[in-house]
Amino acid sequence: MENFPILSAILALPLLGALACLTTGANGARWIALFTTLGTLALCIGLWAAYRIGGPQWQFTEYLPVFGRFAWALGIDGIALMLIVLTAFLMPICIAASWTAIEKRVPEFMASFLAMETLMLGVFCAQDLFLFYIFFEAGLIPMYLIIGIWGGKDRIYAAYKFFLYTLLGSVLMLVAMLWMVNHAGTTFIPDLMATDFPPEAQTWLWLAFLASFAVKMPMWPVHTWLPDAHVQAPTAGSVILAGVLLKMGGYGFVRFSLPMFPEASAELVWVIFALSMVAVVYTSLVALVQQDMKKLIAYSSVAHMAFVTIGLFAFNRQGIEGGLIVMLSHGLVSGALFLCVGVVYDRLHSRDIDKYGGLANNMPAYALLFMIFTMAAVGLPGTSGFVGEFLALVGAYEANSWVGAVATTGIILGAAYMLWLYWRIAFGAARTPEAAAMPDLGRRELAILAPIAAAVLWMGVYPESFLAPMRADVESLLARIERAAPEGDARVTAGRPPAADAADAAEGAHH
Amino acid sequence: MANDFLLILPEAILSVGAMLLMLTAAWAGDRAGPALTWIGVLLLAAAALFLPGISNAGGTAFYGQFAADPFAAFAKIVIYASAAVSMVAAMGWFGRDRDYRAEYPVLILFAAVGMSIMVSAGDLLSLYVGLELQSLAAYVLATFQRDDSRSAEAGLKYFVLGALASGILLYGISLLYGFTGTTGFGGVAEALGDGVSTGEMFGLVFVLAGLAFKIAAVPFHMWTPDVYEGSPTPVTAFFASAPKVAAMALLVRVAVEAMGPAVDSWRQIVIFAALASTVLGGVAAIGQKNVKRLLAYSSINNVGFALVGLAAAGVAGIASVLTYMAVYVVMTLGAFLVVLRMRDAAGRPVEEIAALAGLSRSRPGLALAMAIFMFSLAGIPPLFGFWPKFLVFDAAVQANLTWLAAVAIATSVIGAYYYIMIVKLIYFDEPAPAFAETREPVGAALILAAALFVSPLGYFAIPWLDAAATNAAQALF
Repeated sequence: MENFPILSAILALPLLGALACLTTGANGARWIALFTTLGTLALCIGLWAAYRIGGPQWQFTEYLPVFGRFAWALGIDGIALMLIVLTAFLMPICIAASWTAIEKRVPEFMASFLAMETLMLGVFCAQDLFLFYIFFEAGLIPMYLIIGIWGGKDRIYAAYKFFLYTLLGSVLMLVAMLWMVNHAGTTFIPDLMATDFPPEAQTWLWLAFLASFAVKMPMWPVHTWLPDAHVQAPTAGSVILAGVLLKMGGYGFVRFSLPMFPEASAELVWVIFALSMVAVVYTSLVALVQQDMKKLIAYSSVAHMAFVTIGLFAFNRQGIEGGLIVMLSHGLVSGALFLCVGVVYDRLHSRDIDKYGGLANNMPAYALLFMIFTMAAVGLPGTSGFVGEFLALVGAYEANSWVGAVATTGIILGAAYMLWLYWRIAFGAARTPEAAAMPDLGRRELAILAPIAAAVLWMGVYPESFLAPMRADVESLLARIERAAPEGDARVTAGRPPAADAADAAEGAHH
Repeated sequence: MANDFLLILPEAILSVGAMLLMLTAAWAGDRAGPALTWIGVLLLAAAALFLPGISNAGGTAFYGQFAADPFAAFAKIVIYASAAVSMVAAMGWFGRDRDYRAEYPVLILFAAVGMSIMVSAGDLLSLYVGLELQSLAAYVLATFQRDDSRSAEAGLKYFVLGALASGILLYGISLLYGFTGTTGFGGVAEALGDGVSTGEMFGLVFVLAGLAFKIAAVPFHMWTPDVYEGSPTPVTAFFASAPKVAAMALLVRVAVEAMGPAVDSWRQIVIFAALASTVLGGVAAIGQKNVKRLLAYSSINNVGFALVGLAAAGVAGIASVLTYMAVYVVMTLGAFLVVLRMRDAAGRPVEEIAALAGLSRSRPGLALAMAIFMFSLAGIPPLFGFWPKFLVFDAAVQANLTWLAAVAIATSVIGAYYYIMIVKLIYFDEPAPAFAETREPVGAALILAAALFVSPLGYFAIPWLDAAATNAAQALF
């Protein structure tokens, strides 16, 4: 069992499933895809169980130098582990959500999705720089097909925009990678993470990586592909886009930009902060005026991902851990919100908020689950959203109190657009007779949404399960970047524990 | 002397074989076409089998006129293989209209001899002889459909412009000879070693311009779309593959062996041609309606990327050019093999890009293959077309031309636009009238083989390909 190449198995299983899907009809493909993704999920849960917290930084490593210039090098740390589990968790849900919504060319759809799963998992498993790049960029192909074939009315424009935007971002990263490998003489990511690149080169490399990750993330002002892609993609495509693809940007910052170029990160942190602050305020305001449900959630994604960037670049433990938890939480919550939109879209074939209303009357179960996810998106304590955003904001405040203050307004604006959305959809009277006649969740839909709700509450109540595997990795990241960390303006000092205060007071009373 | 003839054994096999085939064709008539084609393939295989320079270091023959080194061997294998593929593909395509004639394999074989001499040239004059032998065969091939006015026009255009290019090249050669006193590559390099005089500079520029014409690099590319469009499709497939490799290999050899000491003088020219080709090849392709014109611009675009590797010079740069051309011909021939299957219900060839619409519905296998070739030509991983691009950019970065790599890679996004436009047509659009069923098992097998090579499975060939290309590149230094 010790030497079983579990990561290769996790990558191979969906790929084999994809090939199998192409050989069968519609129904066969659905079942094959479901069982394959469930099998992958089982393997990934096994991975989580077998991961030794406090063990070596890189676990389940595999190394096969079969490609000459680069190697089939796999291995994960805690951060990658959590993102792998998130991916594997969302995949069967996506397949189930597409069960009836996708009617044409089902085998190709399922095959694209399974291929997508392999590529996304590969991004998080890769331990070789070029292997990472190949997985990172290859994801464009299936996603281009998913948006273009099964998307909405303007799907072709959205597919082009998605493809070319992301491609332009990532090719510059490739040049930076080539330079790094020529400088360091290795393609092995852990070795590169320990390489000190000359500070003047770091700036350029950092900017090249930013070009790629900022588009992927997406950060303002290169976020405009996201609303188009989200709105046009089929429900499952939106879930994967929001749930996993956007996380690759954040993962890239943690894996490359911060540990490999700490000086440049510190020097250019104002870029990240400025763009993120604009994103938090501006995209939240844009979200407020949307009539299209999917577009609203898409803009809210941009705002939430800005919390991730603010947290990650806060250069302190709270910020980084918060950023990572926001990534996980947003993956679940935004995925769930897109699924909620998908549920009503399947019934009424409209994403227009004005067509709905009063769903709490005829769809009580739906209204309840939608409420949980809305609250999680707002960041209500007890849900996953609170944990991440709170930590990220604490970190941001320590780094720069102005950034903390501006970012916090995002929470208020977030509450405004999410609660208003919920109010217009679930409360009041139905605005159209069709909306009033919609049946409540079926068993399949319940089975899709309930596990996410459970995960959201679990992460909100006991985030330690998710923080524990990542703690050591955040520790080593901090050790790596601490030499460059800019000084914060908040100068937080340790408070006096309440017990000591009480003791002081008691002493005072005696005198 | 006997050793010299041993070194040109592949060319001897091809020349004698082609002449015998021509005699047979004259006696047996066009019915013998298919048989002669297969014999031609066997001749090419035999020539590849006797290539010097693969297992040993090879050597030079005829007082340095002819170099049979690993570099030539690498290029020749690619050339022979693509010549064989375009021969076999043509048989099925012409065969339907009963206009396949027995001269076709003969002409391709003569072109192959010419290309062999081109890549082995060690002297400016043997270079010219090889180039003309290849070109003359190509002019005739372009007009192969005698009753088709487009084909005749293409042939004439090709001939006039090709002759102009040859003139420019010869003028450059004469200048170089006049100012260096020799036509041997080694002698020219020696003369350039002590600084480049104005006269030598002129000669160098004219030689490069003539060769740029042959590889169809911007600004000497104008003939390509017209010739590619007018020639019969299998001939276009041939033009886009083997002669391109030969001309590129020739350019590399001249640049490194003859002009090596003047690298700083020609590097700017090559960089300009490279960037102009990638940009123009990308932009001009966007508006095309004819799939052959589109692939013509695609070839211009790809030549630009290969030139980035040449601009980097050095062993890594040259090796990357060789790998680039090897992978490029597989992708291009694959795409052309798909185009060869585009026939309407009446069996007439179709060339409009719009006819590909909805191909994924009517012919899923063919559509998947075409999509693979398109994504691969665009250089999107995990398809193997990514790898040669990776190598040329890596070579540029190693040669401290990081800016060139960054600009060139950014222009690759322009090219990606029209490649994914084809994929959009095939997969997203409503079906156009379905193509006629074709029964060409050989063509199908070739498409499958090409698709498998450019699929991610191709990455397993990297160690082997890398070693061969590096070994070949080292032969020039």
